[in-house]
Amino acid sequence: MAIDVQRVERSDELALKGGEDVVRLRQAVRERAVAVGFSLVDQTKIVTAASEIGRNTVQYGGGGTARLAIVTNGTRRGLRLEFSDNGPGIADLAQALQDGFTTGGGLGLGLSGAKRLCDEFDIQSEVGRGTRVSLVRWKPY
Amino acid sequence: MNTATAALAETLRKHESEILADWLKEQAAVPSRRNAVHDAETRTLSRDFLNAVQEALNGSGADNVGGSGYSRARDLLAELSASRAVQGQSPSETAMFVFSLKQPLFTWLRRDLEGDKLAEAMWAATLVIDRLGLFTTEAFQKSREEVIQRQQRELLELSTPVVELWDGILALPLIGTLDSGRTQVVMESLLEKIVQSGSTIAIIDITGVPTVDTLVAQHLMKTVAAARLMGADCIISGIRPQIAQTIVHLGVDLSAVTTKASLADAFMLALRRLGSRIEAAPARV
Amino acid sequence: MERIPILRMGRFLLVTIQVDMHDQLALTLQDDLTQRIVADRARGVLMDISSLDVVDSFIGRMISNIAAMSRVLDAQTVVVGMQPAVAITLVELGLDLAGVRTALNVERGMALLQQSGA
Repeated sequence: MAIDVQRVERSDELALKGGEDVVRLRQAVRERAVAVGFSLVDQTKIVTAASEIGRNTVQYGGGGTARLAIVTNGTRRGLRLEFSDNGPGIADLAQALQDGFTTGGGLGLGLSGAKRLCDEFDIQSEVGRGTRVSLVRWKPY
Repeated sequence: MNTATAALAETLRKHESEILADWLKEQAAVPSRRNAVHDAETRTLSRDFLNAVQEALNGSGADNVGGSGYSRARDLLAELSASRAVQGQSPSETAMFVFSLKQPLFTWLRRDLEGDKLAEAMWAATLVIDRLGLFTTEAFQKSREEVIQRQQRELLELSTPVVELWDGILALPLIGTLDSGRTQVVMESLLEKIVQSGSTIAIIDITGVPTVDTLVAQHLMKTVAAARLMGADCIISGIRPQIAQTIVHLGVDLSAVTTKASLADAFMLALRRLGSRIEAAPARV
Repeated sequence: MERIPILRMGRFLLVTIQVDMHDQLALTLQDDLTQRIVADRARGVLMDISSLDVVDSFIGRMISNIAAMSRVLDAQTVVVGMQPAVAITLVELGLDLAGVRTALNVERGMALLQQSGA
């Protein structure tokens, strides 16, 4: 019997087209992180991760959307963020996930950094089709 | 939905108030710590639970207790388990909430049905109740873990005090093993104290830390880096010979951090950096 | 267009960032600061980020750039007031901010600038 069914408590969508949208995204993520009951440090981590990926969506993805959802998993609550764009996509995902911020040839998307700030991180990308990133942070006991 | 499930749902609907009354009597018979508030809550929860089960039976039958059709029933049980865990009840006492529903349910099923139909309906009821009972124990355990971890965290905060050694100098004597969770708490309280006290030097003393592995070393380095971003410098003291060996062995680069063998040495260094020193008082004649 | 105000305090420039900046605003600040350092012949820049509760890689890079450009223009930069949660997150992100001097608050930052002969 599956006890851990991830249930969505509340879900909203945000358009990500320009720089102002990333600011709005940060505020929206902060508000929901507070609602879940994250500590200040954990709030900051997920807001920062959202800022990184949201910016990528605007700058490299040609704009897209962010879906913010408060989820429950059994007795734990968390925040799930999904970013999607129909941009050029990332050719070498493995490389991009390794790159830090100092580009040196790589895209410098800061994906590895954002990944470190989350509990769950998933990225799907296809050249010419777009990119989808999903982040989850769970509130610890 | 098959006929057994339909019959079960129908019995529940027809005799809901009687089943509820009998069930509450069964629950009361289980010895446990109770009071008036608890009883009122239990009545409400029981009624809501019966509704949720009916909804679930009508929506998704008796088989998929883990699915979305039963989510309301599971949520109610999770809520129950959490509050019983906090009240200090045992997992069995809590699971009995669900299991004690069997007797009243069977009694009323026997009034409505007979023969094969009765047997099938009772089987469906058993399936649902057993699975929900098991879910209750699992949810209970999770809640207990939550309580324990929260208490551990509070203990942690109490046991890692940051000391103001001097004007502008903090000391953090670490004692015991450092794991990821503990180091985070420690890091946060040190940084908060830096802001509160306006200190520019923090001495992290690891005399009381038995072993240092790569993770612990990494956490220490992160703490030092974060403090530096805030304008404070860290000195790590109390590095015992074995730990020094381990650190070199692991290839951890401590070149960016000042280290001193003892907290006293670290304190003297800190004072020097702030432009002070300790002198012997002139002899009194 | 909105801009972050830059205050002159003797031979130093003080920038207090109190809004959640969008990227364009950050870039404008970089430009404005560089111009002011030259125009005012400033010897030091004090960046007060005590109101910022998020610093991501873009802002982090902005800070590093400002420090680097100031150095080229013979001015020192000190960043003050970073919040603990922000510091912890930056370290986790792997952002170095190497070569950027830091202090607890404006007062200390000022003292640091004066001490280093700016």
